[in-house]
Amino acid sequence: MDILRLATAGSVDDGKSTLIGRLLYDTKTVFADQIAAVERVSQERGEERVNLALLTDGLRAEREQGITIDVAYRYFATARRKFIIADTPGHIQYTRNMVTGASTADLALVLVDARKGILEQSRRHAFLATLLQVPHLVLVVNKMDLVDYSQEVFDQIHEEFTAFAAKLRIPDLTVIPVSALNGDNVVSRSENMPWYDGTSLLHHLENVHIASDRNLIDVRFPVQYVIRPQSDDWHDYRGYAGQVAGGVLRKGDDVIVLPSGFTSRIAVIETADGEIEAAYPPMSVTVRLEDDIDVSRGDMICRPNNQPNVTQDIDAMVCWMDEKAQLRPGAKYAIKHTTRTARTIVKDLAYRLDVNSLHRDETAQALQLNEIGRVVLRSTQPLMADEYGRNRATGGFILIDEGTNRTVAAGMITDAG
Amino acid sequence: MSDPDLNNYQLSQLDTLEAEAIHIFREVIAEFERPVLLFSGGKDSIVMLRLAQKAFYPANIPMPVLHVDTGQNFQEVLQRRDELVRRLGVQLIVGSVQEAIDNGSVVEPPDGTRNRIQTPVLLDTLEKHRFQAIFGGARRDEDKARAKERVYSFRDEFGQWDPKNQRPELWSLYNSRIHAGESIRVFPLSNWTELDIWHYIARERVELPSIYYAHEREVVDRGGMLYAVGEFITPRDGEEVLTKRVRYRTVGDANLTAAVESDADTIEKIIEEVATTRITERGATRGDDKFSEAAMEDRKREGYF
Repeated sequence: MDILRLATAGSVDDGKSTLIGRLLYDTKTVFADQIAAVERVSQERGEERVNLALLTDGLRAEREQGITIDVAYRYFATARRKFIIADTPGHIQYTRNMVTGASTADLALVLVDARKGILEQSRRHAFLATLLQVPHLVLVVNKMDLVDYSQEVFDQIHEEFTAFAAKLRIPDLTVIPVSALNGDNVVSRSENMPWYDGTSLLHHLENVHIASDRNLIDVRFPVQYVIRPQSDDWHDYRGYAGQVAGGVLRKGDDVIVLPSGFTSRIAVIETADGEIEAAYPPMSVTVRLEDDIDVSRGDMICRPNNQPNVTQDIDAMVCWMDEKAQLRPGAKYAIKHTTRTARTIVKDLAYRLDVNSLHRDETAQALQLNEIGRVVLRSTQPLMADEYGRNRATGGFILIDEGTNRTVAAGMITDAG
Repeated sequence: MSDPDLNNYQLSQLDTLEAEAIHIFREVIAEFERPVLLFSGGKDSIVMLRLAQKAFYPANIPMPVLHVDTGQNFQEVLQRRDELVRRLGVQLIVGSVQEAIDNGSVVEPPDGTRNRIQTPVLLDTLEKHRFQAIFGGARRDEDKARAKERVYSFRDEFGQWDPKNQRPELWSLYNSRIHAGESIRVFPLSNWTELDIWHYIARERVELPSIYYAHEREVVDRGGMLYAVGEFITPRDGEEVLTKRVRYRTVGDANLTAAVESDADTIEKIIEEVATTRITERGATRGDDKFSEAAMEDRKREGYF
C-alpha cells in the first residue's frame, strides 16, 4: 500500500465538498457519530437530504457562512492506497491555498458543473496545477444528473478542456463524468451513463501510476542536521541526517559536498533500524562519509558527475501570498530552499501573469496577494538549485518577510545559473 | 547510469509517514533553540517518542519531555511515562494542575473536570521555560478543526491559534521564524490516521499502557459512555456498577475518558477492531469534546493542543 496525495479545487457551487463527502462516505471513512451530527444539522436547516458537504466544512465561521476558509486535509484509505486530500477553496482570492495544496500533490482534481461548463476558474485551477507540476490531472464533470446524464454535454466540455489543456502541457489528463450527489461514477461505474467507457473516479485514483513521477536520476541529499552523540560509545560518530530529495544513494558511491566542492565516498547509509544499501526519495536517513570533511546543515551531497547549479542568481515564478505587503523590485527577504536559508533581493520583476488569460503584463510594478509573476533574485549565499520541472524538492523555495516573519511567497525555479 | 527497475523504489504508507515525521523532528531541532516534546501518556505521544528516538539515533533525544499532570491520570499511564523517560535518558518536566489549584492560579470547576484548566498550566509552564517549539502528537483526522491546522502551527504570545491567520505551508519547507514570546506547535503526526498509528505500534512493537488492551473493569454507564469506577468516579444514586470487558481507545483524564466494550486484548485484534469500528475515537470516548459542535476549535483558540 502506498500514498496518493491529491489536491482538489472548485467552488462550493461545483459540489466539491459533496464529492469529497461522497468519497469518504462510500469508502466507509466517515463514522456513525459524524454522520449523526451531519444529519442533525441538515435537519435543523430544513434540508431535504443529508448534506454531505457538512462533513468537510470544519470551522465555525465556515459553517455559519457556508464557505471554506483554508486548506483542509482529509484522509481515506482503500485496500490499495492511502489517500491524503488537500481540499482547497476555489475562489480567486484563494489562489494561495490552491498553490499550497498543489505543492505536494501527485494528482489534482478540477471540478466543473456540467450545466456551466468550463469557467475562468476551471482554467485557473488547471493552470495552477501545471505551474506546481502536479503530474496527474483529473477533470471531474459533476452534476451530470442535472443535464440528464447527457453524453453531448460531456463531450463538449471534454473537447473544450482538452483544447485548452494542450497549451498547458499537462502530462496526464483524465476526464470523468460524475454525480457526486447520487454517487454516479464516484466509487463504482454508473448505470446512468452507459456511453461512458472509462473507470470510476475512485478506481482511477487507486490505479494511477505514480511511482515513476519522482526523480530517481539526480542524486540530491540536503543535509538537515549533523548527528554527533555526546557519549563515549559513539565518540567519533558524525552522521549527516536528511531526507533524500532525488536520485538513489548507494553505499560506496563517490560524492561531492556542495557548495564546498569537497569529495568523498559514502561509507554507511543507515537508519535507527540498521544499515541499508540504498536510499531514495522520500526516505529520511543518515549518511556517513569515509573522509572527515566539513559538512553542515544547508550543504548538499550529490554525485560528482551530476550536480545542481550552485548559484546566487535564480529566475523563478513566484506566487505572492501576503495580504499586507507587496512584492516590489529591490525588496529583500529571507529565502528558504531545501535546508538552506539565505537572504535575497528581488533584482527584477519581469512580468505579472494573468492566471485567467495567461497574458504577461511586463509593465507590472508589484505583485499583490494571489498574483503570480516572474522574478530575478540574487542571494547572499549560493543555493544548490535545480529547475522546478526537474525536481520539485530542489526547485521550490519560500520567501519570508524578515520584519513580520510571515511566509510571503512560494517560488519555483525556472532557470538556475 | 540507469536502474533496471526504478519502480521498486517505492515506500509503503507507513515508511512514508515515518520519513516525513523524522524530517519534521530534525528540522525543528536544527532550527529552534528551545524545543520540548509534550507527552500525554497516550499512544500518540508514545509513538512520538519512538519517532524522536529514531530521528536522532544513535544520539539521545535532544530535548526534554513535558507532561501536564492534571492529577487525574490513570496509574498505568504514569508508570509507563516514568519507565520510558528513564530508558530513553530524557529529562521529564511536570506541569502540575494540582499545584496551580493549590496556589490559586487556576480555579477548579465545580464539576471537578480539569481539562479546561490544564491549558493555563500548560501555557505557564511553556512560558517559564521559554520553550519556542512544542511538539504535540495531534493528528488531522481527529477533528474538523484539526483538519485545518498546519504542521508548524504558529501561536501568538498568548499561545492562541488563529485559523484565519496561518502561514502557508508548501512542499516540506517550514517557516520557523518567530518573535520573542511567540511559539510554534509542531505536529509530526499530522498526516497519520488512527489506523496508521496502530499499524505502526504493531510494526515497531511499541509498548503501551495496559489499559489500551481489553480487560475486566468495574464501570458505570453515563449517557451511553462507560466510565471506570475508582478514585475519580464514584457511582451516583441509581447508577449500577457493571463489570465489563473494556479497553480505552484514547487516554485522557480518568474522570473524562470513557472505555469501550471490547474483546481486543492483542494488537492484531485492536487493528481489526479499529478498521471496522464506526465511531470516531473522540466521539466514543471523550466527554470533553461533546459540549458543542466547535468544542475543539474553541479550546485550540485558547491555546489548547
